[in-house]
Amino acid sequence: MLHKSEFSRRGPAMGAADVRDRPGEAGASLTRRGLLEAGMAVGAALVVGFRLPLAGAAAAAKTPFAPNGFIRIDRDGNVTLIMPQVEMGQGIYTAVAMILAEELDADFARVALEAAPPDDKLYGNPVFGIQVTGNSNSVRAFWLPLRKAGAGVRAILIQAASQQWKVEPSAIRTDNGEVIHDASGRRTGYAALIDRAQGLVPPKDPPLKDPKDFKLIGKPLKRFDTPDKVNGKLKYGIDVMLPGLKFATLAACPVFGGTVEHVNDTKAKSLPGVRQIVVLGDFVAVVGDHMWAAKQGLAALDITWDEGPHAAVSSADVWKQLRASSNTEGAVAKSEGDIAKGLAEGDLLEAAYEMPFLAHATMEPMNCTVHVTPAACEVWVGIQVLSRAQAIAAKVTGLPLEKVTVHNLLIGGGFGRRLEVDMIDKAVQIAKQVEGPVKVVWTREEDIQHDVYRPVYRDTLSATVSNGRIAGWKHRITGSSIIARWLPPAFQKGIDIDAIDSAADIPYDIPNLRVEYVRDEPPGVPTGFWRGVGPNNNVFAIESFIDELARKSNKDPVDFRRGLLGKSPRLEAALELAAAKSAWGSPLPARAGRGIAVQVAFGSFIATVAEVEVDPHGEVRVHRIVCAVDTGIVVNPDTVAAQLQGGLIFGLTAALYGKITIAKGRVQQSNFNDYRMLRINETPRIEVHLIESGEAPGGIGETGVTAAPPALGNALFAATGIRLRRLPIDRDVLSGKKLPS
Amino acid sequence: MVSLRINDEVRSVDAPPDMPLLWVLRDILGLTGTKFGCGIAQCGACTVHVDGAPVRSCLLPVGSVGNRAITTIEGVGASPAGAKVQQAWLELEVVQCGYCQSGQIMSATALLNAVPHPEDSDIDAAMAGNICRCGTYVRIREAIKHASQV
Repeated sequence: MLHKSEFSRRGPAMGAADVRDRPGEAGASLTRRGLLEAGMAVGAALVVGFRLPLAGAAAAAKTPFAPNGFIRIDRDGNVTLIMPQVEMGQGIYTAVAMILAEELDADFARVALEAAPPDDKLYGNPVFGIQVTGNSNSVRAFWLPLRKAGAGVRAILIQAASQQWKVEPSAIRTDNGEVIHDASGRRTGYAALIDRAQGLVPPKDPPLKDPKDFKLIGKPLKRFDTPDKVNGKLKYGIDVMLPGLKFATLAACPVFGGTVEHVNDTKAKSLPGVRQIVVLGDFVAVVGDHMWAAKQGLAALDITWDEGPHAAVSSADVWKQLRASSNTEGAVAKSEGDIAKGLAEGDLLEAAYEMPFLAHATMEPMNCTVHVTPAACEVWVGIQVLSRAQAIAAKVTGLPLEKVTVHNLLIGGGFGRRLEVDMIDKAVQIAKQVEGPVKVVWTREEDIQHDVYRPVYRDTLSATVSNGRIAGWKHRITGSSIIARWLPPAFQKGIDIDAIDSAADIPYDIPNLRVEYVRDEPPGVPTGFWRGVGPNNNVFAIESFIDELARKSNKDPVDFRRGLLGKSPRLEAALELAAAKSAWGSPLPARAGRGIAVQVAFGSFIATVAEVEVDPHGEVRVHRIVCAVDTGIVVNPDTVAAQLQGGLIFGLTAALYGKITIAKGRVQQSNFNDYRMLRINETPRIEVHLIESGEAPGGIGETGVTAAPPALGNALFAATGIRLRRLPIDRDVLSGKKLPS
Repeated sequence: MVSLRINDEVRSVDAPPDMPLLWVLRDILGLTGTKFGCGIAQCGACTVHVDGAPVRSCLLPVGSVGNRAITTIEGVGASPAGAKVQQAWLELEVVQCGYCQSGQIMSATALLNAVPHPEDSDIDAAMAGNICRCGTYVRIREAIKHASQV
């Protein structure tokens, strides 16, 4: 039985009984000592890894102190922090731990982390009200609640010490897991105060630290989750092993909305290692002794599909419909000044930008392990929406929620794909037919061809420039509403708040402004959130168009933007820094160019300069990206830099290669050979410059994805004089073989 | 039964000879550090060493391995180069989601064994077969250079 996973920085206090090592065996403790030097981290010998509650340890830690949902102090002085958000590479476990431990004044070397159970009330993201990790919202939404949670417990401990020592609370301070009374020289560890502290109520508004007193926040501390990710020990959902485990893989109808008509399984059944064929409404699974048997079995099936109503859909149909919709008037997301008057002042420029479907292609393919019995259901999965995972398993099994246990493992790439629970839905359906636990793993082909896709978008813009300033600006966004499906109550008055994000709140000074949204659902293609979400399409369109306006006005793109950013000094500062660090304006060789893009997205202010070179065949080499970032107070600067480096590469991948197309109702791409990823040999030098700020933290995980495509597009124009208004870039247009569409 | 030498241990497995080594490691032996990414040798997540050379285990029939030594991410730290690479990965905080990193580390270790002081072009050639969706390439390059100087 696999229990709760736990990450720990505890040193020798772990106890010898913890140090067992049986790779691959579920339930094995994977803790190791002395794995890494502390380096930048606080504390000396760090131990990081999964730890299981053990009988001996449990006895020693009897009646721990758990005054709120986030903090548990054991009697041995160890502090366990409960993680409301999931770790998928963005470093949130470490950031959340730093925030909690900062205000608690915990000894960071004795802190361990534990994933929260499904519970929307206790662990729901304050912005969404449900347990969801997404929209670069973890630090932003939890910043104050977590600080208050830490400070509240610290206040209780001071109160307990004040009672014990009979001194005023104001004469007591805390440091590194201890309560200290300087006047008398008395000090005691938090654990010694547990009995007195039980039942004390934290103040409603506990005093928070002055940021100048932060000891952890702002430091580039080492991540908790890294050590077991470099030695193969970390268990992702796909790595779960259980006694008697069977392995399954599946094929869904290649046309969305189609169903199974008939399956001939004679050949598959005869293959060694194939145990069972499970035929369900719209997919077929093969269960075997291992993935190889399951895959062989699936390949041997003869399946006849009823392809349903979308069997003839092609990308051309999707675009025809989207373009037609984009010519209709939309719901008004923002209206300021007099748009008719504004668009009549000066020369009018109009442009349309188009973005393709995109798959997520997380490196860990979709998977889910399930054990269904008549009385209960147990699920092992890595998911961004824990409570929804539990709910779908309850729905499919017909069991009450409390009979469904979900073990949320670390995620091998989320990017929005794991905001959906379709892989759990399917796995539980299969598991209901299987005796014992079954691990369902999708092939990469299935993963690419049965995603929920970043929607196609068409952004149409019209604007006028008068005396170097924008007089009128009209922006219409046309595309699928993911919000309407995913969070229906948030879809109000025809406006998808995600689709218009970063467009309605454009940072430029524009007196006459209108932003509209037209909902257009592509026929037969499911859509979903994709890293960078709404700001991706809007910032690409806006920053490309601003560049076009600057060029049309014969102004330098940096100068032009500078003149429009009077109301956004934080963004202007980022613009200046990126321009300076990139040596904006200095000479470059022929067919090379620099492009700039700025954005306010996810609460962060970012300017990005890309430097590119285009060869005569239209092949693009990105040499360098310089990024200046004001993301408010930075919790872990190394994580912020890492997220931007990675996000920029994610965004470049999309702009250079990303495209999912449809023919006969089917996704045409299937694997990394035809759905390409940027590789190390194509990766530019990347510089990230952080701007110091005392503002509340912004989000960061998605910002780089949003930043890269417009900076790239503008650099390509600087290099070639060719404006690309469609993504991904078309090399035939850049080479002059084809005209821009 | 197929006999395999994995991380200096002899393991016997009941597997058909055409079964890729990846699934033998993961599903039969429980060595889940080696990852499934694409199944067609495009992403490198499943990289292991066979007699020290980096090989994509998702396409390597187990019956073709014979007596050659297999090293996986679980065992690579026992070699000086492997330990140096893992340490560099920690010091430069390379990892994000981490799913591809087993394969990255196996490829990087093989590179350092073949070219102790790699240039950028050596790194490009040795590492271009390993995809990282989180985009940790900038740090992978730095970490390989760091490891080569230890």
